[in-house]
Amino acid sequence: MSVQTILITLFALLIFSFFIGRKRSIAVSTPVGKTGGRRNLHSRPHYYGYMVAIWAGIPALLILALWTSFNSSIISSLTVSGLSDSLQSQSKDAIGLMMNEVKNLAESGNIAAESDPVLRNAASHYQRLQGISTLAKTVIVLVVSLLGMLIGWRLISPKMRARNKVETVVRWAMILCSSIAILATVGIVFSVLFESVHFFKAVPPSDFLFGTTWSPQTALREDQVGSSGSFGAIPLFVGTLLISAIALIIAVPLGLMSAIYLSEYAGKRFRSVAKPVLEILAGIPTVVYGFFAALTVAPFIRHWGEAIGLSVASESALAAGLVMGIMIIPFVSSLSDDVLSAVPQSMRDASYGMGATKSETIRQVIIPAALPGIVGGVLLAASRAIGETMIVVMAAGLSAKLTINPLEAVTTVTVQIVTILTGDQEFDSPKTLAAFALALGLFVITLLLNYVALHIIRKYREQYE
Amino acid sequence: MSKTTKKIEANLKKRYAKEKRFRAYGVVSLLISFAFLAVLLVTIFSKGLPAFQQTYIKLDIELNEKILGINKDSDEDALFSASYSKVVKNSLKEMFPGIKGRKQKRALKNLVSKSAAYDLRDKVLEKPTLLGTTQSYWFLAKDDVDVFMKGNIDRTLPESDRRIKDYQLAWIDKLMDEGRLEKRFNTVLFTEGDSREPEQAGMRGAIVGSLLTMLVTILLSFPIGVATAAYLEEFAPQNNRWVDLIEININNLAAVPSIVFGLLGLAVYINIFGVPRSTPLLGGLVLTLMTLPTIIIASRAAIKSVPPSIKEAAIGLGASRMQVLFQHTLPLAMPGILTGTIIGMAQALGETAPLLMIGMVAFVSDIPTGIFDPSTVMPVQIYLWSDSPERAFTERTSAAIMILLGFLVLMNVIAIVLRKKFEKKW
Repeated sequence: MSVQTILITLFALLIFSFFIGRKRSIAVSTPVGKTGGRRNLHSRPHYYGYMVAIWAGIPALLILALWTSFNSSIISSLTVSGLSDSLQSQSKDAIGLMMNEVKNLAESGNIAAESDPVLRNAASHYQRLQGISTLAKTVIVLVVSLLGMLIGWRLISPKMRARNKVETVVRWAMILCSSIAILATVGIVFSVLFESVHFFKAVPPSDFLFGTTWSPQTALREDQVGSSGSFGAIPLFVGTLLISAIALIIAVPLGLMSAIYLSEYAGKRFRSVAKPVLEILAGIPTVVYGFFAALTVAPFIRHWGEAIGLSVASESALAAGLVMGIMIIPFVSSLSDDVLSAVPQSMRDASYGMGATKSETIRQVIIPAALPGIVGGVLLAASRAIGETMIVVMAAGLSAKLTINPLEAVTTVTVQIVTILTGDQEFDSPKTLAAFALALGLFVITLLLNYVALHIIRKYREQYE
Repeated sequence: MSKTTKKIEANLKKRYAKEKRFRAYGVVSLLISFAFLAVLLVTIFSKGLPAFQQTYIKLDIELNEKILGINKDSDEDALFSASYSKVVKNSLKEMFPGIKGRKQKRALKNLVSKSAAYDLRDKVLEKPTLLGTTQSYWFLAKDDVDVFMKGNIDRTLPESDRRIKDYQLAWIDKLMDEGRLEKRFNTVLFTEGDSREPEQAGMRGAIVGSLLTMLVTILLSFPIGVATAAYLEEFAPQNNRWVDLIEININNLAAVPSIVFGLLGLAVYINIFGVPRSTPLLGGLVLTLMTLPTIIIASRAAIKSVPPSIKEAAIGLGASRMQVLFQHTLPLAMPGILTGTIIGMAQALGETAPLLMIGMVAFVSDIPTGIFDPSTVMPVQIYLWSDSPERAFTERTSAAIMILLGFLVLMNVIAIVLRKKFEKKW
């Protein structure tokens, strides 16, 4: 049976065990010839049902999960060990390649058509093992489930504290669920760090951090020209900063002024319309912004730049930065809105009482008071801009040029990660691994920015609470 | 009037002017933001709307048994593999006799989409008695014809600058005079998978892929997110190291750039667990981690807003804490939780970057049927089409964006309605 069928069967078994558990609990608690036995039970009958279902389900599911995740690697190694010694002594890559062929052959279902007898034998061996494994898995999982059901069923007695047991299991399940956040972070750090360490074995960290040329193409042949592979990340980080800076130059004034107007001047009705409209900007997928940048904004800027005699690259940093700025306006405005409204009314009243106009109050009292919060918000927006991918992938360039001229094409960290990792990857070449080193840099920078920003905002909030 | 008052009064005009200016800055920046939004939407819609129409071309096809090499008694295999493109070509040749030169011959063939032969095959398979008769059918026109029909090729340009040459223009004019060209609603966009030929490319594969991916995402992230939120709000011990660690890590997940999740998918899910590449299962696993923080934060807020009096009343009647959670707190918090979940799903639906890393950019023309089939999703399809050089794809990209935005608007409307309908002030 396939995993799906096993799961469906298991599910049916679980429902069945719930009902027999419930029924049994009523049966064991009712003295012969009487009714209303459930009042003798420690827990309500359905808890006994859940308990039996848990016994029937959890061990079986665990076995199924483990079996499925280790199945392919074990069968592969068994198939390899079935090969002749001379084949086994090949390099790891050659064996991997051959195993791929064997697997494809076995799955194509047409083994007899293959001309190479070695492959044919291996494929039928593989197929046989696969069949045995599937059969064994089905049998074992279902037997374990039935056994669990039996144990749970036998455990039922009126004094049995079924509710407490079920609740403990649910509680542990909840703890497990909440630990997934930790697992995910560990997974990210592990995956990025692990490959980065490999990368830094091939390329010294100083070359990566302080080098000024980025051309990750490594030579396929010894005599190839111009593809020695150099991994200086400075141009990428400068490009990222350039585009993010343009975005912030646009988003911060617009977002901040919008927030000030909305929170200090606008009437309730205008606010209730304008705020959601502004937030639409944050809900539009980034790929749409990328398309807009590449198709409309970039040619527009190029056209006007040429009209006043400037040479503008068709994938200028300005276009990508401008569109990214539009995207992060709502982040800046909603974060600033929060901090502005956290400034106590008494400070405003005091300022008005001294005869200040509204704008004077805002500029000389509210903004200084809210400044740490605003800075925090800007930092959050900056981390968003640095990590943004689709806009730059579609609208920024690919060539790593070290420049701060916004009219030229630059590339960014995220663009390079995407270009390197889209399509085929070879996890033994520094080129693929470089993407992981870049991602490590990205991860560290955005995390630091976020940490600092949240720290500032929290500190600031405490000040007025 | 004292000297000071005079001074202040003289200044007053200036201060009021300043006040007005400051206010105007606020209005202007709001207006600029709205203008950006308007330009964005207008550009996309004006580019995308024409893609909902497609040009069709009417041909009189002589289903010549000799040319096809089959007759109505042939078996299905023969009917299936007969060369239908030949009869389509012949029909065009008959309509425009005397075409010379390979270039013009090829151009003539390229008036009609390659799908014409397949359409014809399906018709014959359905009804073999058609063989030997002459029928007129509407077929998809080739993308160049379509682009021209939508007025995107200027016929006043010199011939060398146009994609459609003078002789092609003459053909198109003749077809139009005979009423053989027609624009109809573009059903292909919704019924077909991706294709290299713009006129045959549709969104169905991407839409189904997106739905499957979202299914995996919601099945995983909703229970995990709600369980996490409930644990953290109702059960977690105070000042516990493990609980603090969980909270820090949820914040981390929310802060990590989306592309990093793609690397996680590549290094952990694909390379370690062997999850098949390019599948909705893998996409859903990656997107789950991205939507978790959104769902957890919204659910925690919703659970927190359930008044303690309700919980205490239940506890007072002898309910256990777990019973309070499942029978009172969660049902009361559900509207808030669902709103948060839908918003998280909407974010996931528009997400592109991490899916590029895990092979969902592959060209897939088949419609996926399960979570183990290779597939793509809507935003990635938009990215792929926007990269294609053909003019007709620009239009389709905008149409695809409109479809994606339609889904997002729908989801957000549901979230707003939920919030409005079930929002309770305690």
